[in-house]
Amino acid sequence: MTILLMLIPIALGLGLVGLVAFLWALKSGQFEDLDGAANRILFDDD
Amino acid sequence: MADDAAHLPAVVAACLHCGKVAPAKADGPPFCCRGCAAAYDLIRSLGLDRYYRQRRLDPAVRPPRPDPDNAAQDLDAFAQMRPDGTATLNLMVDGLHCAACVWLIESVLAREPGVLWARVSMSTRRLALVWTPSIAKARDLVAAVTGLGYRVVPYDVRALDHADERRNRVLLSAMAVAGFAAGNIMLLSVSVWAGNAQGMSPATRDFLHWLSALIALPAIAYAGQPFFSSALTALKARRTNMDVPISLALILAPGLSLAETIKNAPHAYFDSAVTLLFFLLIGRYLDARARGKARSSAVELLALAGTAVRVIDEAGRERIVPPTQVHPGMMAFVPAGGRIAVDGRIAEGHTDLDTSLISGESAPVAAKPGDQVFAGMLNLTAPLRLVVTAIGSDTLLAEIARLMEAAEQGRSRFVLLADRVARLYSPVVHSLALLTFVGWMTLGGATWEVSLLNAIAVLIITCPCALALAVPVVQVTAGARLMRHGILLKSATALERLSVIDTVVFDKTGTLTIGRLQLVADADVGILRAASSLAAASSHPLARALHRVVPDAPLAENVIEKPGAGLSCIIPGGEVRLGSASWCGIAAAEAGDGPELWYAQPGRPPVRFAFRDQLRPDAPIVVENLCRRGLRVELLSGDRAKVVQSIAAAAGIADWRAGQTPSEKCRRLAELVASGHRVLMVGDGLNDAPALAAAFASMSPTTAPEISQTAADVVFQGDRLAPVAETLTVARRAARVIRENLAIALAYNLLAVPLAVVGYVTPLVAAIAMSSSSIIVILNALRLNRARIA
Repeated sequence: MTILLMLIPIALGLGLVGLVAFLWALKSGQFEDLDGAANRILFDDD
Repeated sequence: MADDAAHLPAVVAACLHCGKVAPAKADGPPFCCRGCAAAYDLIRSLGLDRYYRQRRLDPAVRPPRPDPDNAAQDLDAFAQMRPDGTATLNLMVDGLHCAACVWLIESVLAREPGVLWARVSMSTRRLALVWTPSIAKARDLVAAVTGLGYRVVPYDVRALDHADERRNRVLLSAMAVAGFAAGNIMLLSVSVWAGNAQGMSPATRDFLHWLSALIALPAIAYAGQPFFSSALTALKARRTNMDVPISLALILAPGLSLAETIKNAPHAYFDSAVTLLFFLLIGRYLDARARGKARSSAVELLALAGTAVRVIDEAGRERIVPPTQVHPGMMAFVPAGGRIAVDGRIAEGHTDLDTSLISGESAPVAAKPGDQVFAGMLNLTAPLRLVVTAIGSDTLLAEIARLMEAAEQGRSRFVLLADRVARLYSPVVHSLALLTFVGWMTLGGATWEVSLLNAIAVLIITCPCALALAVPVVQVTAGARLMRHGILLKSATALERLSVIDTVVFDKTGTLTIGRLQLVADADVGILRAASSLAAASSHPLARALHRVVPDAPLAENVIEKPGAGLSCIIPGGEVRLGSASWCGIAAAEAGDGPELWYAQPGRPPVRFAFRDQLRPDAPIVVENLCRRGLRVELLSGDRAKVVQSIAAAAGIADWRAGQTPSEKCRRLAELVASGHRVLMVGDGLNDAPALAAAFASMSPTTAPEISQTAADVVFQGDRLAPVAETLTVARRAARVIRENLAIALAYNLLAVPLAVVGYVTPLVAAIAMSSSSIIVILNALRLNRARIA
């Protein structure tokens, strides 16, 4: 059962990384212009 | 469209920049005006001509034709200095067609020296600009954008209500946290349940419980805030709402579980609490998002109303100033195609005004010096100078907005069925828990700890998971269904109010009718074609309507437009004229009623083109359908009796009133309400906005000005009137499903509560009971999607 002591923290840590990444994206305004983001990829930034 | 003129004969071509008709030239590419040629050259020289290949011009949006009146706006007054020495300016961009426009504006601005950041949001049409003021001037940057053919209007970031946006963001992050916690705790809980059955060691079980507590407690403290704050507000006002029992369960369940975990007990309820929270947040977020979308455009309008007034000072210089700096008596300038931002009297200029925002009438009105004009009117044909008579809160626009607010307050007293249930529900639940506690203490002879445990189990099992989902899920499903038919639900309580309507009141222009003028009689084809080629030169609505009949008529050369009168053009035989009766030398007596155009050619009798606003094609069917359902149908219009009568007859409405002012419409609605009717008002036009707000429920077509759309509960698209009948049908079905869902939730409680009272509820039982009742409620709501609507 000691393996749980490693596996559970690893699983939680990975989930936390995802959660933090989402919250960061939300905070930095990446969900504000979804239409624009979908179209922007069609144009090169030069 | 880009190929607007593609099928025209060789004498005309499509302007390379804006795509509108332009005279073809042998010696160069076709342009309709110098502004377009300059914009084209600029784009080519910057190497951005990919724009022309990638853009898709939207016929509903103003073509990107640079406006000489608008070129040199000095918006320095609107720029804000930032502490790091840069300046920032927020603009609303008018005339965005597609992503290529966004790319073009950003690329052009990025090439301007001194610009640090330029970003256009496609969903909100806003441009955020940051630059170094020592290198670049706001004036030049704005000129770069207007020179491409876009119009910009400054807006005040603080005036725009960001509260909705902020709340949505809070809900979304709460949802993310709750989702993360729910997933992980459920994994641990399944291990515990499986372990309990297979003889897991108590140490491992306690370890898993502690881990769950570690995740659940901070997650609930953070993600539960929307519910806690709402419950707190309700309690402070000595009311209760659904959020009170939810909050109580969200606090008690983890609290009890923590106590059990400390005591090394076999059961903990962390999973129930967090999963419940996650589901509730999903419902709340969907709900908030659907409504926020509709509101944002209206908020923009209100923020825009009266931004940027162009005034002319004594020295004759033109300045653009915020409305707070405009005073009555100042001289203001309104370019052709601009919206008037103040009330005033015309000092100079003859023009035609589109007054539809104020009066709801689609036919434009001619205006001359001395005439009174109001904020919100659109100046169509020629530039105007106004003497300002009223600004801001004194304008007619503001007066209408005030009427609207007053009327809306009456409506906010409506109490949702779910809230009424909640008011009954929470006292019952709380006294039940108390009874359980007292019962176990006295009759059961248990210790106070066991009694408390059972009482809390009652609270957890009655936590209105299904009850709280019962209404939002139906609303989201009904909203999605209506959305597919081009109908947008804006108010959370709209569905419930619509389901009990017994009277429908229509406005005429733009509601029963399409609100677009169309040629009535067929004239001689040759004459029609000749007149149409003259009309092609004008942006006057009547000329546009005429040109729509013969869209391929080539543009006549050297057409001169006299604002407020008409068009003329010299041909070998003399002069041809198209315009008002007096412009074509017709006595006023001969002129008919209703909007009309006359066409005079040398040596031939003048020809009259009459125009009429057309009834929506399915209006009679819809009216008949409504009557058959036992609804009372009425028509209220600001127009003249004769016109209203004919429209009423065509639509099959027996009960009509003409010549109604906005306050008379409100009064008539108040009369109907006083006699016990629940009225649905369907209208557009700013003059209807107060009536829309005063009615029990209201609908507005998307062609209505934004302020009317704000006042309306439901907004519908398209040329058909059927959405009115459709909405009422869906609303009634939704109300029935809501009642069914509440009944299901109640039945679940009747089954589960006795189990909890006698102490049989384990976390596994709670998880199964709660999720199954939620799933049943959701499935029942989804039936709305499948049912066919007659």
